[in-house]
Amino acid sequence: MIPAAFDYLRAHTTDEAFGYLQQHAGEARVLAGGQSLIPAMRFRLARPAVLVDINGIGELNYARMSDGALAIGAIARDTDIERAPWIGDRGWSLLHDVSRVVADPVVRQTGTVVGSLCHNDPSGDWPAVALASRATVVVRGKNGTRRVPIDEFLVDSYATAVGDGEMALGVEFPVPDDRTAGSYQKVERKVGDFATAAAAVQISLNADGTIRSAGVALSAAGACAVRVDAAEQLLAGQKPSAELLRAASDAAWHRSAPQADLRGTVEFKKHLAGVLVARALRQAFSRLGVHA
Amino acid sequence: MKIHVTVNGVAYDRDVEPRMLLAYFLREECRLTGTHVGCDTSSCGCCVVVLDGTRAVKSCSMFAVQADGHEILTVEGLAQGGTLHALQQGFWDQHGLQCGYCTPGMLLTAYALLQHQPNPTEADIREGLSGNLCRCTGYQNIVKAVQQAAATLGQPVGATK
Repeated sequence: MIPAAFDYLRAHTTDEAFGYLQQHAGEARVLAGGQSLIPAMRFRLARPAVLVDINGIGELNYARMSDGALAIGAIARDTDIERAPWIGDRGWSLLHDVSRVVADPVVRQTGTVVGSLCHNDPSGDWPAVALASRATVVVRGKNGTRRVPIDEFLVDSYATAVGDGEMALGVEFPVPDDRTAGSYQKVERKVGDFATAAAAVQISLNADGTIRSAGVALSAAGACAVRVDAAEQLLAGQKPSAELLRAASDAAWHRSAPQADLRGTVEFKKHLAGVLVARALRQAFSRLGVHA
Repeated sequence: MKIHVTVNGVAYDRDVEPRMLLAYFLREECRLTGTHVGCDTSSCGCCVVVLDGTRAVKSCSMFAVQADGHEILTVEGLAQGGTLHALQQGFWDQHGLQCGYCTPGMLLTAYALLQHQPNPTEADIREGLSGNLCRCTGYQNIVKAVQQAAATLGQPVGATK
């Protein structure tokens, strides 16, 4: 259970980290919280020749509102979100929910939001939440910094739009308006386990009570987190109702394409995808004062 | 790689391989075997130590080189001058352990919890310790132990029982 040998490089600035990653492109990995990477290295599922430790880069340690977005830097911990002063605001209810069920309370003190997105585990929590929230990842590459919509960022299991020699600097969640609420519903075997199934939902209402926009995404439902486009489309423009909930739930069932494993069969996980989307929608509506 | 780590107030200067995990650094280099290794995969919480006074970390999932220049608190550093820390006293009084294997991790996780939440509810304690596994006690007495410690630590300085 000891990782393969590697060279350890500690960066103190983003420029320094980027320099190391360029120099060792293809063989280096970024070490942020390490709560997924280090166990993977111990199992020898990952054998990077070089680790670039970014934990000492103060300029990447932030979670702040700027330009209409919540910007979360690459070494902000899950607990920085869980304990943020605004986390109880209705608009941030999706982040509120997820920040309490990622891994376990000790792992959350070290694990990072951006690291979870970069790891892109098919059963991870943050990728589905980022999809439902329509987040944007800021990636630094050879030609400067670019902003990657989350749908393009999440490429495949454990694969993202971050190329060799590149690094994700942060993620931005659009600041929700005052008619927005969300919900994250996760079924797990025990605290700290990956999701057996999970659903992330973000709903914005118009003044007349119709749905202006909906974000619906699933974890543990495919190669990586998936957006349930069909549910989002059928929700938009409608008033919340029991029939609408059922239709969105059916769409989630259809969209879910999980792998069978010790956590459950394909049939069970697909069933959960539908149930959890309905529960998440019901809670989001309820948080907006609407009962469906 | 040469590192300088302060453990329980004592400075340790060592030359370690980058792949050495903090848990093994504490046990084999510092000879502080109170930090236990349980699952070895970040699932059980036996190996929890406190980093820089406030953050609980699973030392099986952190490299020793990452602790360079930092302060670590292990179970050996809790008692002061032969007096048990309030958490240790709580575990003693409330029978918060049986085999004791998970206890160091429970103590250090609770230590960080009380730094953040000095007056936790029972639910806060159960939630805060939910990443730490105990296979003996059923957790009830562990929760009581942390409640006792929170009450003790919450008393004004100089107050007696």
